[in-house]
Amino acid sequence: MYRFNHKDLLGMDQLSVSDINMILDTADSLMEISSRDIKKVPTLRGKSIVNFFYEPSTRTKASFEMAAKRLSADTLSLSATDSSMVKGETLIDTARNLQAMNPDVIILRHSSSGAPHLLARYVDAGVINAGDGMHEHPTQALLDLFTIRKKKGRIKGLKVVIIGDIAHSRVARSDIIGLKKMGAEVTVSGPPTMIPVDAESLGVKVVFDPEKALNNKDVIMMLRIQLERQSEVLFPSLREYSIFFGLNKEIIKRAKKDVIIMHPGPINRGVEITGDLADGPFSVILDQVSNGVAIRMALLYLLIGGERGDNLD
Amino acid sequence: MITWIKGGEVIDPRKGEKKTLDIVIKKGKIERLLPPGDFRPQGDIDLKIIDASGMIVTPGLVDMHVHFREPGEEYKETIATGSQAAAAGGFTAVACMPNTNPINDSRSVTEFILERARKANLIRVYPVAAISRGSRSESLTEFGDLKQAGAVAVSDDGRPVTSSELMRRAIEYARFFNLPVISHCQDLNLSNKGVIHEGTISTKLGLQGIPAASEEIMVVREILLAKLTGYPVHIAHVSTEGSVKFIKQAKEEGIPVTAETAPHYFSLDHTAVVGFDTNAKMYPPLREPKDVEAIKIGLSQGVIDAIATDHAPHSLIEKDVEFDKAAFGIIGLETALPLTLALVREGVMGLPEAIAKLSYNPASILSIKGGVIEEGKEADLTIIDLNNEYVVKKESFKSKSHNSPFIGWQMKGKAILTMVGGRIVNDKLKISN
Ligand SMILES: [Zn+2]
Ligand SMILES: [Zn+2]
Repeated sequence: MYRFNHKDLLGMDQLSVSDINMILDTADSLMEISSRDIKKVPTLRGKSIVNFFYEPSTRTKASFEMAAKRLSADTLSLSATDSSMVKGETLIDTARNLQAMNPDVIILRHSSSGAPHLLARYVDAGVINAGDGMHEHPTQALLDLFTIRKKKGRIKGLKVVIIGDIAHSRVARSDIIGLKKMGAEVTVSGPPTMIPVDAESLGVKVVFDPEKALNNKDVIMMLRIQLERQSEVLFPSLREYSIFFGLNKEIIKRAKKDVIIMHPGPINRGVEITGDLADGPFSVILDQVSNGVAIRMALLYLLIGGERGDNLD
Repeated sequence: MITWIKGGEVIDPRKGEKKTLDIVIKKGKIERLLPPGDFRPQGDIDLKIIDASGMIVTPGLVDMHVHFREPGEEYKETIATGSQAAAAGGFTAVACMPNTNPINDSRSVTEFILERARKANLIRVYPVAAISRGSRSESLTEFGDLKQAGAVAVSDDGRPVTSSELMRRAIEYARFFNLPVISHCQDLNLSNKGVIHEGTISTKLGLQGIPAASEEIMVVREILLAKLTGYPVHIAHVSTEGSVKFIKQAKEEGIPVTAETAPHYFSLDHTAVVGFDTNAKMYPPLREPKDVEAIKIGLSQGVIDAIATDHAPHSLIEKDVEFDKAAFGIIGLETALPLTLALVREGVMGLPEAIAKLSYNPASILSIKGGVIEEGKEADLTIIDLNNEYVVKKESFKSKSHNSPFIGWQMKGKAILTMVGGRIVNDKLKISN
């Protein structure tokens, strides 16, 4: 019989198709809790979860906190600004300190690719990667898959385009791995300065021009343009970026009539996407946010809730 | 006292020959080389016999590129511990790169290094002095004074010379003193914040890449400057197919250029980084399988003259951290010989050729003693057991640091005795007891 058998969630590459289905199914059954009057179940009572964010991220942190609270877990949040934990201390020192508090799960956001892998070698607690450098952001990919499955009824065979700074995006990397595993067809698009070398080795098609890349697509995933990339000479100005690589209501006509638009947030309105599209009927951006809580509840449940792989009653 | 090395197969890398010979050593020098059976010790002389039958006897190995961290970072390596690692690996001479703290850009640092080496009293340690003051690529160091103090070459290794004008003048000025110029080829703008080779693995792991072009642009610049000045430039740690191609072309055109590579560039490719192993992080980075292939061809065709370790010790403080924060570099003195011997078994090079790249060639590039086994020369020798099989263990390193990607590797071939000036400095045969 299938069992969800992982101590950590470090990246999408470690998950099998059955694992992903299990997480999405579990999230489905947990969605209902969020619509109750009292949005709380005692499933993880007595479990403790550390939210450890080396990099600021209001959204992901809030989403994990909400997920933990709805399952009645105790949470402790640390951020890089709580500097006694961070300044002069190596990640491994910090890991040992956290381990001494004996948490069940540590959720780590870090600016270095591979940091959660390093942490996981030093703690007994489960480690969830909440975004590491330019490497992976697996919970974002899972909530994206969950959102697509809810909206489209399936993932397999869908044509997905991801537009933006693919090279520096952990969201893109995790989404690509997850989408490929679930049988979607993935195209990446954006200025050549933002497409990683040997991008095809990830199993995607590269079409630089978004207008052409949008052709006949079921799903559009926009990435946030990091404003500081301008100084890294990846593009000359936001103005020019929005003209040639932004999503607007003209070029979206190339996609399928029932296309959905996704964005991991926060949005730069008028840069990668126009405001009317972000708020319009194709947009599922707010669904992504609520689905994110359900996915994170599902993960916490599967990683530390009783017997791994038990079905939820 | 006389030392008699009996019955070993003696390699002469200069002639490319392998012959069974007895070696008679007196007062630190090779007194006689003669066919087995010809040596008849007379009377009651004090005689030490080393039975080398079934073994290979080579000139003491010469590593033209190490980082011994002293002065300044003695917690990583000292000249004494580095010398022990060298002796254990079969090396009788090393050239120390100047990126210590302070940088070796003055007579006093050069003299300090030589003084420490004398105290360690194991192998020959040759300081390489900086090209520019503080290796800042602004002004030249005093080549003449540094040479008189004992520096054998100049290099800003650890950093490139960023100014082409300064590099040109360095090469021209070095000519007056006959000092070799060694170049660490890296276009800092192109390598930017890169931490591994730019390719499928950097894309997969989300790590900032260092394109092959970052190295190759500078290799081409050095070739053009060697052509412009007519004086040789030595290219350190060649790692890419393109570099091999450009160096080959330059040599064919008669441009005076020499080159070294390091064992990791022919033993590993960038997939070693998967799992974020910081012991697979060094500059230049591990490249692609096609580059590894090209390095091997470069070695076999003589495009690459020398194998040097770029022995770069780092402690856990620098290595047991997030990948992008980890220091560049790995140790290499104690694994270079077996990794090179693996290439010989693979058929890339003959044994005399491989030994030439580990002794005669680097000694000639630096114009230092060693690299030959001849009557009248210093008795710097290495005895190698080609069939000694073992697994590389962290605990067995003599180096103070253990940052090696080869821990756990099955190796074949070991330096079982190292002799410097007739004195045994690595004695796995237990001759001294
Ligand atoms: Zn270097
Ligand atoms: Zn070096």
